[in-house]
This record gives sequence, C-alpha cells and structure tokens, in this order.
Amino acid sequence: MKLYCLSGHPTLPCNVLKFKSTTIMLDCGLDMTSALNFLPLPLVHSPRLAKLPGWVSKDGNTFLEKELKECAGRVFVDSLPEFCLPERELLDLSTIDVILISNYHCMMALPYITEHTGFTGTVYATEPTLQIGRLLMEELVNFIERVPKAQSATCWKNKEIQRLLPAPLKDTVEVSTWKSCYTMQEVNSALSKVQLVGYSQKIELFGAVQITPLSSGYSLGSSNWIIQSHYEKVSYVSGSSLLTTHPQPMDQSSLKNSDVLILTGLTQIPTANPDGMLGEFCSNLAMTVRTGGNVLVPCYSSGVIYDLLECLYQFIDSASLTTIPFYFISPVANSSLEFSQIFAEWLCHNKQSKVYLPEPPFPHAELIQTNKLKHYPSVHGDFSNDFKQPCVVFTGHPSLRFGDVVHFMELWGKSSINTIIFTEPDFSYLEALAPYQPLAMKCVYCPIDTRLNFIQVSKLLKEVQPLHVVCPEQYVRPPPAQSHRSDLMLDCQPPTMPYRRCSVLSLPFRRRYERIELLPELADSLVPSEIKPGISVATVTAVLHTKDNKHVLRPTLKLAPAPPPSKKRKRVLEEPPEHRAPKPLLSGAVPIEQFLATLQKHGITEVKVEDTPDGHILHLQDEDTLIQLEEDSTHIICDNNEILRATLRDLVLRFLQKF
Amino acid sequence: GAGQDVGRSCILVSIGGKNVMLDCGMHMGYNDDRRFPDFSYITQNSRLTEFLDCVIISHFHLDHCGALPYMSEMVGFDGPIYMTHPTKAICPILLEDYRKITVDKKGETNFFTSQMIKDCMKKVVAVNLHQTVQVDDELEIKAYYAGHVLGAAMFQIRVGLESVVYTGDYNMTPDRHLGAAWIDKCRPDVLISESTYATTIRDSKRCRERDFLKKVHETVERGGKVLIPVFALGRAQELCILLETFWDRMNLKAPIYFSTGLTEKANHYYKLFITWTNQKIRKTFVQRNMFEFKHIKAFDRSYADNPGPMVVFATPGMLHAGQSLHIFKKWAGNEKNMVIMPGYCVQGTVGHKILSGQKKLEMEGRQTLEVKMQVEYMSFSAHADAKGIMQLIRMAEPRSVLLVHGEAKKMEFLKQKIEQEFSINCFMPANGETATTVTNPSVPVDIALSLLKREAALGPLPDPKKPRTMHGTLIVKDNPSEEVSAAPATDRVNQGTPASLSDEELGGYLCTLLRKGLPQSTG
Repeated sequence: MKLYCLSGHPTLPCNVLKFKSTTIMLDCGLDMTSALNFLPLPLVHSPRLAKLPGWVSKDGNTFLEKELKECAGRVFVDSLPEFCLPERELLDLSTIDVILISNYHCMMALPYITEHTGFTGTVYATEPTLQIGRLLMEELVNFIERVPKAQSATCWKNKEIQRLLPAPLKDTVEVSTWKSCYTMQEVNSALSKVQLVGYSQKIELFGAVQITPLSSGYSLGSSNWIIQSHYEKVSYVSGSSLLTTHPQPMDQSSLKNSDVLILTGLTQIPTANPDGMLGEFCSNLAMTVRTGGNVLVPCYSSGVIYDLLECLYQFIDSASLTTIPFYFISPVANSSLEFSQIFAEWLCHNKQSKVYLPEPPFPHAELIQTNKLKHYPSVHGDFSNDFKQPCVVFTGHPSLRFGDVVHFMELWGKSSINTIIFTEPDFSYLEALAPYQPLAMKCVYCPIDTRLNFIQVSKLLKEVQPLHVVCPEQYVRPPPAQSHRSDLMLDCQPPTMPYRRCSVLSLPFRRRYERIELLPELADSLVPSEIKPGISVATVTAVLHTKDNKHVLRPTLKLAPAPPPSKKRKRVLEEPPEHRAPKPLLSGAVPIEQFLATLQKHGITEVKVEDTPDGHILHLQDEDTLIQLEEDSTHIICDNNEILRATLRDLVLRFLQKF
Repeated sequence: GAGQDVGRSCILVSIGGKNVMLDCGMHMGYNDDRRFPDFSYITQNSRLTEFLDCVIISHFHLDHCGALPYMSEMVGFDGPIYMTHPTKAICPILLEDYRKITVDKKGETNFFTSQMIKDCMKKVVAVNLHQTVQVDDELEIKAYYAGHVLGAAMFQIRVGLESVVYTGDYNMTPDRHLGAAWIDKCRPDVLISESTYATTIRDSKRCRERDFLKKVHETVERGGKVLIPVFALGRAQELCILLETFWDRMNLKAPIYFSTGLTEKANHYYKLFITWTNQKIRKTFVQRNMFEFKHIKAFDRSYADNPGPMVVFATPGMLHAGQSLHIFKKWAGNEKNMVIMPGYCVQGTVGHKILSGQKKLEMEGRQTLEVKMQVEYMSFSAHADAKGIMQLIRMAEPRSVLLVHGEAKKMEFLKQKIEQEFSINCFMPANGETATTVTNPSVPVDIALSLLKREAALGPLPDPKKPRTMHGTLIVKDNPSEEVSAAPATDRVNQGTPASLSDEELGGYLCTLLRKGLPQSTG
C-alpha cells in the first residue's frame, strides 16, 4: 500500500492512496497563497494601482517593467492571479479510480484534475460539499473573469530570470505548475462527475474496498473518510472540529481500530482561541461603527460567515447597533444564505430541532427579513443606490487580490476611522495587505479556525489508537515563527510518518487474509474433526470462483447436489476439470512407548532411543535405520529398503489421525 | 396490520434472531379497537421493549405512524424508533391533529395524550438517506428515497448476510415536487412491497393533469367555485404547484385559497426540506422557491360567501369534518360549482358517498343536503402502479416478494404476475399470518492471502467455464460442536493451508501437528 503526496499544504491536501488494486485520491486542495504575489484586480479603475512603478533590477535592467510592479518595497506580478496546483508528475493521474472530498475548501483544484489529466473515475462528496463547493468555484471564476486583463505575465517565471528577482518572488517554488483560473464550463464538467453520499453510507469500490464518509464537524457536509477492506482499515481525517458551531458534531468512535490514520487539516492558528476571537471581532466592530467608521470583513461566502452573522444577531441588540446596515456582497451571497437553510440533516442538533418547528435553522433569515442584513451580487447595481455609511461589509476574496473587497480597500484604506477585520486564517494578513501599503485603515487580526488544535488531536489519537499516523511534515515540528513551542506539534506513539510534497510513503502493513465465501452446500459437506479442544479441522476441496473481487468456493462438480443444466453439463463432461484428491492431512503425536511396543511386535527389537530437544531419534540398529520423531516432522532414513520404509511408515501412520 | 388491507400498516420481521417492527399505523375506516394494530400477536401483557430491537417508520401518513404513541407509550416500547428527518418533523404534528379530532371533537377517552406524543418523539432517531445505521452489532438499516410524500423512505434491514427491504409507500414516477423511488441492486432475501395499485396501470400523468386543469379552468370561466378537499401534506403541494404554474401561464385572475392552519406550516416544511424534493425544484429554489406561491393565498372562513369564481384547497381530504365539509355544505347547492376529490376516500365519509353518486346526503340534525354541484374524482395518489412495482422488483432483484398494503383480490393478481415473470416466491399474508422464508446464506471465512493469490495466479483471469479446483484446510476455532454450516456469519471459521499459517501462533501449532503427520522419507 502506498501513499503519494501531491500537495505540501497541510490544510489543502491532495494525496493518492493505492490500496488493494484501487487508486483513491484523497481531497483535491488548491493552494491559493500563490495569488499573494500578484497585484490586486480592481473592479473599478484604480489610479493608484495603475501608477505603480515597474520593477527595475539592480543593474538597471528594465525588461520586466511591464510584468512586475513595485509597491512599498515589494514586487508584485501584474497579471491575472495564478494558483499552485497539486503535483501532476508524480503518478499518472488518469489511473485514479475515485476522488474523495472531505470539505468544500478541499475541492477547489478539482477541475484541473478531472478535466486535464484523462481522469475517468468518480468523485464522492456530500450534498452540502458539492453545492457550496460549486458556489465557491462559481464565485472564484466570476471574480476573475469580470476583470479581464489583456496581458499575462510569463517571462518572470523563467528559471534564469526568477533567480534574479527580489524575495519573495525569488523563493517561490513550483512556479512552473502555477495555473490561472479555470472556466465555468470546466467547473460544471468537473462537478458533473460527483456522486453524492451521506454520512455513514457504505460504498463498495469494485468489491475490493469499502469507503464511508463520517461527519467531521468542521463545515456543512464536511467529512472524514474510512477506507477499509475486511481486514485493513485506513482513516483519512481532514479538517475536523470538536467545537460546537453549526455543523453536525464529529464522529470520533468510528475512527477506532485503524491500521493507518492520515491526519491533515489541523488548525492553522494553534495559538488563537476561536471563541475569544469571536468576542474580539464583535468588540472591534462595535468600536469602529460607533466612531462613524466602516468595517470591512474579507471572508469566504460560506462557513465561518454563518457563525459571524449568528454572533452579530445576538450582539447587535445588546450593543445597540440596530441602525447599522450589514452588507454581504458576493456573486453567490444569496445562494449561500439560502443553501445554508436547507441542509438541516447536516446541522448540529440545536439547529436541527429548529427545523422541526418549522423555523429556519440560521438566524440570518431574520436579519434579512428585518432588513438588517442585505446581500448583493456585486458593488455595481442595486448596491450603489442602497449603500449607506457607516456600515459593515462582508465580502471576498480573503486574499484581497480579487473580488469586491479590492474596491473597498481602495475606498476605505486611506482613512484611519475604518477598520478591516481578518477572520479567515488561510492567508497571512500582512502579506494580504502588502500591495495596499501605505495604509491608514486600522487592521485587526481575529483569525477564526475551528479545526482541531494539537491538544485535541493528541487526545483524539489516544482515544482512537491508530497503529500508524501519517501527517504533513509541518505537524511534527513547532511552527517556524515559534520554534520554542514544543506544544505546537504532534507528539504521539508510535512516531508519525511525516510527508511533504512529492513524498511517496509505503504504508507499513501486510495484508494476510482475504474474505471468501463457502456456499452452503459446500459447508454442509465438510466434516470437521476436532484435533484439540476448541479447534476442529476439515479439508476443503472446492472450486474457486472470483468475480468482482468477491471470492466464492463452490462444491466441485462431483459433489454438486443439483446437476447443472444439461447444455453446460455436456461441456463439462467433454473437458473435465482437473481434479485429484488431496493427500490426507495427518495430525497427532506419536506416543513413544506405544510406538516401541508396536515395533517390537513387528520384530524390530534393537531400538536405541535418543531424546532431542524436539522429540526423539530412534536408532534401529539391526536395520541400520533412523527414525526422527520431531514435533512437526517425521523422517525415516533407511538405505534403499523400500519395503521396510513402507512398513515403518504404516506403523507411524497408525498413531496419527487422518482427516 | 396492512395484510391484504390498506390501513394500519404494521409488519413484524424476524431476521437473524432480531425483531424489527415496520411502521405502526392506524386504520382510517375504524373507530374501535381495530383502528390500531393488534399487538397481542407479539405479547399479551408485557411491554414490547424486550421483543423488538427497533421500530422503523417509513413516512408520516397516519396509516403508517398513527399508532406510534399508542405502541410506545401505552403498550410500552423504549427502544429506538427510526425515521427520516422530514418524517420526524411532520409526524408529531399530524399525530397531534389526529389526537385532537379523536379526543377533543369525538370526546374519546383512553387515547394517547399530547405528552405521550412528545415522549414518543424523544425515542425517535432521525436517519439520512443511504446512511447505514448500526442498530446494534449485528443489525443495520439503510434508507432509500421512496418519493411517495416528503421524507418517505424505503428501508433495508440487514443482519449478517440476510436482508429485507420494506418499501413503505412509494412512487416510481417523478412528479412536480418529488422525485422517483430508487434502490440499488441490493438483492434482499425478501422485498416487502406495498400494492395499493396492484392491478392498475395508470394513464399518463400528463393526461390526468391536463384533465384536472381543464375542469378547474372551465368551472372558473363560467363563474363557479372549485373545492378541492386535500390533506395538508402531500398531494396538496403537488396540486398547488400545478395550479400555480397554470395560473401563471394563462394569466388567470381568479383567486386560489388555501385553508389556513396546518397547510401554511406544511409549505414551510417543504421549503426547509427542499433537498427531499425533485431535481428541478432543488435547482431553482434560490431564484424561486416553488413553495412560495404567488397566486395562492391564505383562506378565511368569510371568503366562502364571496361572489365570483375561486378555487379553494381545504382540509381534510375526505370531507368528513372541518373546513372542507363546511365549505362543501355552502357550495353544494349550486350546479355551477365543482368539487374535485384528488384521493382515496374511506367508506362512511361524505367524500365516499358523493363519489358513489349519492345526490341527497343526510346531515346532522336530520337535515338533508342536496348535491347539485359537479363531483369529480381524479387519482393523484403517489403510489406505484403495477408497472412501478415490477420495476422496483427488477431494480432490487429480491429472492422473494411479500405484498402488503393492498386489497386481497388485486394482490392475488399481482402475485401471479410476479411469480410468472421473475420465478420467485411471492407471499401475501393476511393480518396475523406469518410468512416464512428460508434463507441459504453462504458462510464467510478468512483465507490466507498467499493461498488465494497462488490460486488466482494460476491463470491470467478466472475463467468461469474452466473452474479450478483448490484444496485447503478449514480450521474451526472456539466452538468445536458448532457445525460450520449451522450459523451464518461466524468469524470463527478460518481457512488456510499449513504453509500460509506457519507464522501465526495457532497456525504454528497446527502446522506442527500437520507436518508431524506427513510421512517423509529420504533415501
């Protein structure tokens, strides 16, 4: 069994598992941090961005002036943003049988894989994962396609040139694999390959492997996966949460007894407590609006935003913010809010019981009804008429490189009464802000990452006790910025097997057994004999049928109770299957005293008995013959006396049970 | 219940030593003891908890869940009750409604109380489609989409290698708001199927719909009023969508009303459980939620006397009480008006009487009511017809079929057809009867991989025409008195050759024994 690791990003994994002749891709994450090296895409022409000076190398060379721009001492690529794809050279991706998706953030690279590698398999995901994943992809495509750029920069990617660039561009790796965004057509085609599954549904793959999604508690429809055969079990844990937010709680007990547990998607901000951050978020928000400032919250259009809105729903009355408008701007804002209300089965217990009343599970329905929360597809159109300040705006993309957020950065960035509050943990906020420097706006960093932290993980691992743990290498050492924090790493027994991008791990287990079925007629014909209390043995002679990776033993034709249809029978008679009775198996011990007595009866008297650690050696002196009686073998050594050997053999056989 | 009968569905299945109750319904046609299933078949006096491992409810119709609080609270059952999320949401509302009519209106005592309904619902475990629920170590159940009403499900019950599928009520043709039932080729030992329309093959749905719309349209055009008695959930939504789109297309102005109360709430459930409806509605719900009606407004009692045409959906569906009967009385005398009965009516109800052609009805207080309005019957029940039932059997490939929830004569016909076409056994037990199916499960054993691989490696692909004979040794551990064939699914059976077992502790021992016996000679 082998694991091919195609992504180095610990929370956006992409691994391929080869197990029992199936090839399974686990998640399909797209590393979008590469976009941080690009200039923002403004919705409305931005004179500031347009006037940024081109980059000139130290020796005064200006050939990259058009491609690279400088802002506040940093160099950015002036082109449509590109993303870092999973490795495609490590193995032939067209051999992949299935792709298992654990949550909607981990499927963003799907169109690249399913549309451009010759993939012919099936993608498995839960319904919320599919629907919200589709929204996120749609949003991404929309963000990028609505601001077309005439030129795309490619020269800087040349290895020779890249070497000369200033950091961080110089140090970015895998630049050659970076690709620009896919189209909506590719998204639709990729998502048409998705097969919907429900939690705890058992899905057979080619009869060889069974896969089961389990609730992981992180987001709507997020799942961990069990991949198992009758004798081996692999758990894939990705993006799990033990906090009670809106999704169904995590199913931990089903992860028990795993041979291998692949662990990805732990919290990216292990030092921040999500509850504390939520409190900080609210107080900062209130402070800014009270002083007449605007609040900008760059966020994904699904996920934590539901929790933020719920938190604000309770908060705005007590903080007397009822007159402040809340805007949610995204091409999929409406869909996201609507979809969140119809996935009752995937929600936590509290929200489920609301639906039984029947009431919408999320309170943002009420915020919309009372006009406190308004949603718009973009800053154009209705929004510009309704727009009132001060206000709170939720909009994407959290990288601050594209989407409506770029517009608000340009609009509000110069005033210190405004605040931007970062809640998504996927992008470093300092890097996100770099192309907007110098910036007067206040910045508050309240990353909310509900995924498992290291304390929770070690508790989980102790509970489910996997034989082996596989995880990204980032988890086996403290974060580089906090190298003294040995508590911020995985420490478990047995030691973990770390992986990095392009690793190929051989997972340490040996398959020893396979399940086979005996047809009832065959089972009836067997006569087990007891050879030791509690253990019976029977020899089986049968015909092996293998179909769809299922093995069935049928009686041989002689034993078959019902004669097969005449036509078939003829053929069978014509070419009878090779059939020979097996040698009977023998068991039992040869009692040495009685054996000697028997030998005597047959006229063999001169026997010298020698005890050995394993049994006895009998020396038949007259016949010059040795009989070695050992625990697991009997040897009769005589010189070319076949008659004597046969006699002795028969004597030994008398003491043994045949079956 | 439900043996050669429609009503009080309640089937007990014993499988692999487990007992599962499928549905627990009431009978619409009776008001005495016969309205509930006869639990004395299971036990005379004691509680059911020790006899039943679990109860499964297929959908929220009262003939499938109406006796649930009686069973769990009054007879006594504390085990798990499984149903889907929409069923769990809607079921208590219908039960409460049923209780109100029986106790508050008819003044019956000795009936379950509101508290009992609540307590009963606490025992309910909600399941998702296709989720495999492990009831205990051996018993597992799985739900499939059945289409009949919102949240209706078919259930597969599996113990070891034996399995039963219970369809509940299902519909094999997608309609305007629900999808079609679907099941995989799970090859159950027994398929328990409803057979309401065992002999009917219905004409195309389009025709029926066109017919319905034409009649409504004509009546409205000539200034008449249309009364459509419905049950709050199910067909009501289907017909609402039908009328709504028709009104939209034809740009009609006549008001459509929906009697308030349950139905408004019901539409809300449909909105929240949109994932259980059909593809089209799910796809478009963000732009336009099909259950937010533009033309259909809430009804007020006073509207019944308004002049001019109108269409009113009113509950209950069989005109036996409540608002629908109230409106019917008001409108019955005018031949311009029309009443359309979209579903089955039980004997004794006003609905049944007018459908059988009675023109003079005796009402309470010795009044007679002359029915001049037009009476139409149109079947919109979402049950599978004979074709649908055969289609499901083809899908699931069961080893035998058991028919319930239908009339005996019709079942007989379908039984013959099934036996002919599929050459499998078909049962149709009456209430209280037991049908037994003998299963013949294979015995799963473990085989050493090396042995299997050696066998498999002999040829490139296994050829079914040239079977290969293999030899091995079967080792039975733990329980020597147990015949291998006696119990299904024991993990105690172990298969292997001496060589492949040699490094295991027990294997080593056996190997020792075995080799000891093999006489070998040199020289």
